[in-house]
Amino acid sequence: MSLLELDGVKVHFPVKKGIFFDRTVGHVYAVDGVSLKVEAGQTYGLVGESGCGKTTLGRAVLRLVDITEGGVLFDGTDLAKLPEEEMRQIRHRLQMVFQDPLGSLNPRQNIESILSEGMAAHGIGADQEERRERIKKILAEVGLPTNALSRYPHEFSGGQRQRIGIARALVLEPDVIICDEPVSALDVSIQAQVINLLEELQESKGLTYLVIAHDLAVVRHISDVIGVMYLGSLVEEAPSDALYAEPRHPYTKALMSAVPVPDPDVEDRRERILLHGDLPSPAAPPAGCRFHTRCPWKQETRCATERPELTVVGDGHRVACHFAAEIEAGTVERTRSTGIAAVTETEPETV
Amino acid sequence: MALLSVDELSVTFAGQGGGRGAGSGARRDTKAVDGVSFEVEEGQVVGLVGESGCGKSVTALALMGLLPRKGVSVGGRAEFDGADLLSMGEKKIRDLRGSQLAMIFQDPLSSLNPVVPIGIQVTEILTRHRGLKGEPARKEAASLLDRVGIPDPDRRLKEYPHQLSGGMRQRALIAMAVACAPRLLIADEPTTALDVTIQAQILELLKELVDQQGTALLMITHDLGVVAGLCDQVNVLYAGRAVETAGRRELFAHPTHPYAHGLLGSIPRLDAPRGDPLRPIRGSINDKIAWADGCAFAPRCDFYTMECLTGTPELTEPRARGHQVRCVNPVLPAETSAGTAEVSS
Repeated sequence: MSLLELDGVKVHFPVKKGIFFDRTVGHVYAVDGVSLKVEAGQTYGLVGESGCGKTTLGRAVLRLVDITEGGVLFDGTDLAKLPEEEMRQIRHRLQMVFQDPLGSLNPRQNIESILSEGMAAHGIGADQEERRERIKKILAEVGLPTNALSRYPHEFSGGQRQRIGIARALVLEPDVIICDEPVSALDVSIQAQVINLLEELQESKGLTYLVIAHDLAVVRHISDVIGVMYLGSLVEEAPSDALYAEPRHPYTKALMSAVPVPDPDVEDRRERILLHGDLPSPAAPPAGCRFHTRCPWKQETRCATERPELTVVGDGHRVACHFAAEIEAGTVERTRSTGIAAVTETEPETV
Repeated sequence: MALLSVDELSVTFAGQGGGRGAGSGARRDTKAVDGVSFEVEEGQVVGLVGESGCGKSVTALALMGLLPRKGVSVGGRAEFDGADLLSMGEKKIRDLRGSQLAMIFQDPLSSLNPVVPIGIQVTEILTRHRGLKGEPARKEAASLLDRVGIPDPDRRLKEYPHQLSGGMRQRALIAMAVACAPRLLIADEPTTALDVTIQAQILELLKELVDQQGTALLMITHDLGVVAGLCDQVNVLYAGRAVETAGRRELFAHPTHPYAHGLLGSIPRLDAPRGDPLRPIRGSINDKIAWADGCAFAPRCDFYTMECLTGTPELTEPRARGHQVRCVNPVLPAETSAGTAEVSS
């Protein structure tokens, strides 16, 4: 059994209007039916562009936002239906590392206070002395000096702050850590340090990660399995190497072709699949396949009317596209050319 | 002669309480750019690459004359078409800015006036530099938007910046920048705020402009992937100084300064097999060591010797002609493998 299992999770935010009656005039379909499994000791990478719902999904797992529909099975317990108090008690097993390390640390608390607060709340450690010992051990593991205990967040560099964020998650002895854009606020040389740290910790503690990021190269580097999200739903899921070797969904293909690689030879050889226009609003997602308004392989039938389900196409490889097999076989032609001229002519209306 | 030649450009921000130049307050001054030299030829794409705090954006602002006059001292020379940009009067540089020199910024929303329609913001430039007014100016603005790939330009001209998506706003800014067919376009992290698929669109657009108009482009970015696809010549900056300058193929094939070498080793690559370890540079940028006392990168360097702390290292060409490196212990072929082993152990 998987350690963490999401089953048709939906998170819809109501759009309200009016002063007195608070009428609900519509919904933002932030997450719209996502099912996935995270195996113990592995890393699941969730990738997608801004507005695709990846962060909301991560927060939904921890019940930091209300789940509209669906289940979140963690170690056999359905978190979505758990009463508030029981959820609070289980939360120390599911921790989160945030994107902005400065914004997620209280500037008026010193590091010891930040790290021991959660431990006290969850009853870890008998007294402050015991907690301090444990914190010292964790600080050493994340590569921070012991004298950090009495210092404040502003005294640290960006990379060190992210280490504090990781330490805060670790002191509660979690099974799962949800990392929301753990390195995107950091410079590249620091990014690599934090990525390596996350990998070392996973190895030594047997942690399970759900990594949420927009950077496909980072996600590919640390994940065992990758899920690609577009406008609230998964469009493709595959083991890391398989996804890179054979992206099957048109969106994944476009995303991969757009990621710059620091190698002039690769850059000169590659053919970019340019997408038309921008992401449609999640408050009014297109009917049928959510991607059909930008898809270079869009067909006359089905794409605009029928929403594709995730179907298994290979070993652990799932794709949500009506024509994935045909595109692979080359029997379906690209219906739009790429390049600036094409983008200009057919760019759909976006607001 | 090069279109733009920058020679030992330096920018110093006066610290609080400190006066300009040498004196009691000089100790607290911040040297953001500490002697940067490079050239941009007509039609060439030159990259300035580095991490936050390396001085790449301040270099661009200094060239455009956009730094505040008070509390900032700018040294060195920057010749654009034979005229020195740094000593030029305010009126003269205003005539150049927008017509021959143009710049696009990282955040398209804060570079546009939120309470003025796009149309007025675009025609303003046409009126100032090309004397176009009324209907001809509006027509020209519409055709500019059309050229950068904004659909339905007539409607967009009446809209406000918040009504456009991020990619569209950046396109509008590019339209404004190229309105007078500038000879040099400075792009400061033009795609950093955008999603990758939109980034690909914008980079393609910049490439087309350079190819069609022969505009020279000074590309400022932290993303070595963007550099690999776009730039002809690359300058790697660290703590306000160029540490390595080379053609793009040469640089990516043989990164010779330990910093450039480390930077390339620490980027996760999409095409690298999974399990390839990253080789990060240790520590973080330290602004306490000035170049005058030695190599500013020395505390983080794996090839560091005592020699590194005796004055500023000179630019040398240890590997190939035109491949300049500022280092006394450059990473050369025989050492590359040894260096790698050292880092990973």
